Amino acid sequence: MSQYLMPSLGSDMAAGTLVEQTIAPGEAFQRGDVIAAVETQKGVIEVEVFEDGILDQWLVEPGTEVPVGTPLARLHQQGSKPEPPSNPPELPPETPPEIPPEPLPPDPSPPPEVPPEPEPEQPPDLPPEIQPPADQLTPSHRPERKVTATRPRITPAARRLASSRGIDLGALSPPPDKVLTRHDIENLGAVKTPPEDRRKPAPAADMRAAIAAAMSRSKREIPHYYLRHRVDLGAVDAFLADLNATRPPRERMLPGALFARAIALALSKYPEFNGHYTEEQFHPSKAVNLGVAIHIRSGGLVAPALFAIETKSAAEVMTDLTDLVARVRAGRFKARELTDATITLTSLGERGVDEVIGVIYPPQVAIVGIGTPRPTPMVKDGAVVSQLATTLTLAADHRVSDGHRGALFLRAVDSNLQEPETL
Amino acid sequence: MTHEEAEAAIAEELHAIAPEIALEDIDRSGVLREEFDIDSMDFLRLVTALGERFELAMPEADYPQMGSFDALVGYLKQKTA
Repeated sequence: MSQYLMPSLGSDMAAGTLVEQTIAPGEAFQRGDVIAAVETQKGVIEVEVFEDGILDQWLVEPGTEVPVGTPLARLHQQGSKPEPPSNPPELPPETPPEIPPEPLPPDPSPPPEVPPEPEPEQPPDLPPEIQPPADQLTPSHRPERKVTATRPRITPAARRLASSRGIDLGALSPPPDKVLTRHDIENLGAVKTPPEDRRKPAPAADMRAAIAAAMSRSKREIPHYYLRHRVDLGAVDAFLADLNATRPPRERMLPGALFARAIALALSKYPEFNGHYTEEQFHPSKAVNLGVAIHIRSGGLVAPALFAIETKSAAEVMTDLTDLVARVRAGRFKARELTDATITLTSLGERGVDEVIGVIYPPQVAIVGIGTPRPTPMVKDGAVVSQLATTLTLAADHRVSDGHRGALFLRAVDSNLQEPETL
Repeated sequence: MTHEEAEAAIAEELHAIAPEIALEDIDRSGVLREEFDIDSMDFLRLVTALGERFELAMPEADYPQMGSFDALVGYLKQKTA
């Protein structure tokens, strides 16, 4: 038995409001599943579980604001025996869990084989050994049956789709053992309601306060240095025009995916720009989790991460980026996306100005800026020619690196962009 | 497709992307990306949505013909005629 605590989603967060419970009592979940949605100054954020298990009981009602660290739910880890139901069922939050959550206690009986699930979004069935002994099975101790009667079981992706289509989940009555999937919701068809009715962006003043806190800390603690470099985008432009010419819109690529990959590849040679500076020390990260600064239409900015882009193709990064932007626009992103970025990219897009020099987002140590591409006079083979170009900038942390290495890093990004087919 | 149908489809997809902007408040012959404050990713989402809705290729080479709300209406009518 362990507890799921209100997570800290950044050093400036003291409390959060539980707005949605996405896993029902008695429902099984896997590591990485979204367990809840939490509203913070940065908006509504989906939080994930970090182990496999079964949700025993919610300890906090939706709509309640609680301090960071408050137990939100009680969980059975996969393989551990459930406790006999307590009486009364409410566990006071101050009661320590009877089994320490870490490390997992050894299980005397190996878990039974669970047949592979054909539907990946569907949580596995309750393994029989997790069920309480029969003599304890009073109706009130079978929450999963009770819950399905009132609240449909649904995967997070399906919930998101239902929400985007304005479908009232309470009005659905699926069979008791059915977990609603994205496919099921799609088949329901669209019942649109105006998005304003559902959007609950964090108040603009809160968002501004969160940005102010993080940026003030950055300017206070991080000795920034800055570099800029003009980059010829002719190769990128020609490559994308050719690639996209025959592709349907859904498969088209934007320059952002190539910029991200060019940065990821350069970081493999210059790891001192990728990681976190905590406890007076730099901790480089092997994975490149690229935070992408995204403007929020209702005001403000977030920079959630694209994960492990050093292992992905440009096409995969484009898919991830499309998904991320859509979720940010809908006001839904995951906690890990906000806390685990290891470097940030801020790009002005097509309607900006020549260059952007970023402020490092602590505890990261670097931010790369990309200005708006435009035709620029450049010297080629001794002659001045008009060339699509942009200005690449770097703001980096002098506690970790120097301008010499920063310049080599930016030149490596430039070189990668001259060979877009290798990205 | 009628003029009204094209307008309604574009308005609906734009509303999904830029919900805070009212169609009545914009200049329909003005630059679409400026009027709706949409970036290249938003524009690609719009083209994807319209292309899949009406089974149109909407190639990048045609983007200059989609520069304003009115131009986009005309483009859809022409391509679905």
